[in-house]
Amino acid sequence: MSTPSLLYLDNVTVSFDGFRALNELSLLLVPGEMRAIIGPNGAGKTTMMDVITGKTRPDKGDVLFHNTIDLTRLDEPSIARLGIGRKFQKPTVFEQLSVRDNLLLSLAGHRRPFGVLFARQTGEERDRIEGILRTTRLGQHADRLAGALSHGQKQWLEIGMLLGQEPELLLVDEPVAGMTDAETAQTADLLRDINRTRSVVVVEHDMEFVRALGVGVTVLHEGSVLAEGSLDDVSRDPSVIEVYLGR
Amino acid sequence: MRLPAYLPGTVVTAAIVVAGALLMALLNLLPASFPLHVPDFAVSLTAKYLSYALLALAVDLVWGFAGILTLGHAAFFALGGYAMGMYLMREIGTRGVYANADLPDFMVFLSWTHLPWYWYGFSFFPFALLMALLVPGALAAGFGALTFRSRVSGVYLSIITQALTYALMLAFFRNDMGFGGNNGLTDFKDILGADLHAPLTHAVLLLVTALSVAGALLLTRAVLAGRFGRLLTAVRDAENRTRFLGYRPEHAKLLVWVLSALIAGLGGALYVIQVGIINPGEFAPGNSIEAVIWVAVGGRGTLSGAVLGAVLVNLGKTLFTGLLPELWLYALGALFILTTLFLPRGLMGLRRAPEAAAIAGEPAPVTPEMAVPEDAS
Repeated sequence: MSTPSLLYLDNVTVSFDGFRALNELSLLLVPGEMRAIIGPNGAGKTTMMDVITGKTRPDKGDVLFHNTIDLTRLDEPSIARLGIGRKFQKPTVFEQLSVRDNLLLSLAGHRRPFGVLFARQTGEERDRIEGILRTTRLGQHADRLAGALSHGQKQWLEIGMLLGQEPELLLVDEPVAGMTDAETAQTADLLRDINRTRSVVVVEHDMEFVRALGVGVTVLHEGSVLAEGSLDDVSRDPSVIEVYLGR
Repeated sequence: MRLPAYLPGTVVTAAIVVAGALLMALLNLLPASFPLHVPDFAVSLTAKYLSYALLALAVDLVWGFAGILTLGHAAFFALGGYAMGMYLMREIGTRGVYANADLPDFMVFLSWTHLPWYWYGFSFFPFALLMALLVPGALAAGFGALTFRSRVSGVYLSIITQALTYALMLAFFRNDMGFGGNNGLTDFKDILGADLHAPLTHAVLLLVTALSVAGALLLTRAVLAGRFGRLLTAVRDAENRTRFLGYRPEHAKLLVWVLSALIAGLGGALYVIQVGIINPGEFAPGNSIEAVIWVAVGGRGTLSGAVLGAVLVNLGKTLFTGLLPELWLYALGALFILTTLFLPRGLMGLRRAPEAAAIAGEPAPVTPEMAVPEDAS
């Protein structure tokens, strides 16, 4: 391929008991891009994330990172270490640890058990955590248990943990579900800010939020790409209208 | 790095254990006519409780901090015990019933002519001590590598640990295993030249055991206090999430599992020296379950609670079985149920850490049963 590609899904098919969750899905993401993935329930959005992060192996098709690395051969920790971070739909943070400790564990660096065992927090790590606390506006909650945070704050903490990993590519699954309008707007700002240095894929139902992001949109339906383009373009696409409004 | 709030007073507990043992040993050396004299049997009983405390610490390390509910830890304890028992058997030498310098009594009885190869080296105390750690450690490493990599967890893992200890019990019952079969190893005479029936030996053994408990407390505290302890909490509560951060939770679990088996093996080695016998009954599944109850009663995930629970429950067992032996199992069961219902954090939960009280809406402790994998939703 001649175009620079960060992530390339080619003809990816995943079946569960005969049900095709992904049906010859192809998708190309260029470095530095932010892309919104929309689609009705069951369109395959979460399965696509699972395939990219190594949780699900596709029946066929390729998933290439930087054109050369075949992600279908790697497991979750290896893919995470390559620089692909994932935020789950349901916020998943370590509830019995403080916000600061959640971020500490996320920081790029020690991953082997003995390395972790003898790790001492460096000044640089402390600064990284303070920086993320500022970015995610969790500074005053730093020493609270993550389990005591509000739903929106947990979502932000999880985005903060993604930043700690210093990934090249962030996969963000429904980041604003359950957020207030103000929090939603702040999250859009945060993601745009992140996108200045990293590539982002956002799965989202909230059209206002996707509009606020102002990025390219891919519409999934029944496991394949139905339409691609700006939000205005795909909203005018008759097939998209039928999927969302018809039946 | 701050210590998590859930390791209250570990250093204090270690100091109390050593100071208490030292005091007991000194009072034991007083002439029996003194009112403060501590009788010999109390010294060796306390030492036995403290060797159980090592097993309890080992269980707490994996159950309390990594969420692995082990129901087979007595296997590591008993293997450590057998390794030390083999040394004590070799120490008997020609003082056995058959006065055979080359073979332990039970082998002569079975008409064996040669010492099996796996008994080689056990005449040397340092080798036996090393084996008391290495054999449980190697078994734990093999078992853990297979189960954790296959992502076996929760109640399934608990059942497999029961099967492990049960299988070992059946194996050790067999005479041709070469470990004394049903009778196990016993009739020990001395250790490193010191008479095992002399009061002074028991006083020294009590001190050695107390120092081992204190050492294990400080070691586990050091392991848990830093980043690794936080990783274990993360693995315990949301294992899958740690994978997407780039960690391999099975490796973290394996490390703590092997460390735990080493501590249990040391406990078993000390136990055998105190009680003078090791037999396959030590592998009985019920023993492992009892160890879990000690930890639950003392307070899971607190280290100090494990030591406290092991000593108190076994003291209770000694007193109770003296008075109403047939009712002890019912009492133990009732104790476990009452602890679960009314003291979910065990005795250590009674002294609530001030910082924990300050956190409003503090969530209930997550048990492995409650921890639901965060699958695609």
